[in-house]
Amino acid sequence: MQVPLSWYLIVAAALFCIGLYGVLSRRNAIGILMGVELMLNAVNVNLIAFWRYVEAVRATMAGQVFAIIVITVAAAEAAVGLALIIAIYRNRHTVDVTEADQLKL
Amino acid sequence: MSVQHAVFIILSAIALIGALGVVLNRRLFRSALFLVLSFVGVAGFYILLEAELLAMIQLLVYVGAIAILIIFAIMLSRQAMVADDKVLNEQWALGWLVAVLLFAALVYVLVKVNWPVVEVAVPANSIQRLGESLVNPNGFVLPFEVASVLLLVALVGAVIIAREK
Repeated sequence: MQVPLSWYLIVAAALFCIGLYGVLSRRNAIGILMGVELMLNAVNVNLIAFWRYVEAVRATMAGQVFAIIVITVAAAEAAVGLALIIAIYRNRHTVDVTEADQLKL
Repeated sequence: MSVQHAVFIILSAIALIGALGVVLNRRLFRSALFLVLSFVGVAGFYILLEAELLAMIQLLVYVGAIAILIIFAIMLSRQAMVADDKVLNEQWALGWLVAVLLFAALVYVLVKVNWPVVEVAVPANSIQRLGESLVNPNGFVLPFEVASVLLLVALVGAVIIAREK
């Protein structure tokens, strides 16, 4: 007896929304980045769940390939994002995004 | 209720408790450790969905690389174990509302749509087929090569941005 597809989708939706709350509410730039990683993870769970349960998708392995590409992009995003945070910290001695507002008029 | 259902519920609890720990904890270092917990729960989902290679990649890339990178950045940028006095910005209530409304909308759609689910076992050679489709000109060789260029660009970019002038 298999777990229904909708269970995976609901848990992934919950993960996504928790990550979204973290992105919208955190002051710390690293906290925001962690929220983004949670959201990307939730999307990957969805992709793999659809690959597993929907035959048309499974015939091409597209779901798993797409998930691997998403993981690649997440790794690149984390590396560049954390480099930016370290550069901001070096210049302004804060990682609070509400204080990094030099570009505002 | 079968074993799979029980395992799924345990994994969901791990992933969701980890995720809540990430966004609710006042200490950033503990948030990063909860993030590792959530990643491990998601890796368990992949095993349950019979995508074993993805589970290993999840453990290697997310737990082994991204989480360590985040902990590294926390230690470079501030005192790791100190709790912030102001964790949330002014729009946190709005953010909470948006997240809850989005969750409600998603659950409504997910329950309402009739998904074309097929109960077929995954073929035993799915990892082999995944590898073949990644280098097949009629498959996904272009995104595969673009991903390698992207990683190179991110590597060089991260070094240049974080370098001391």
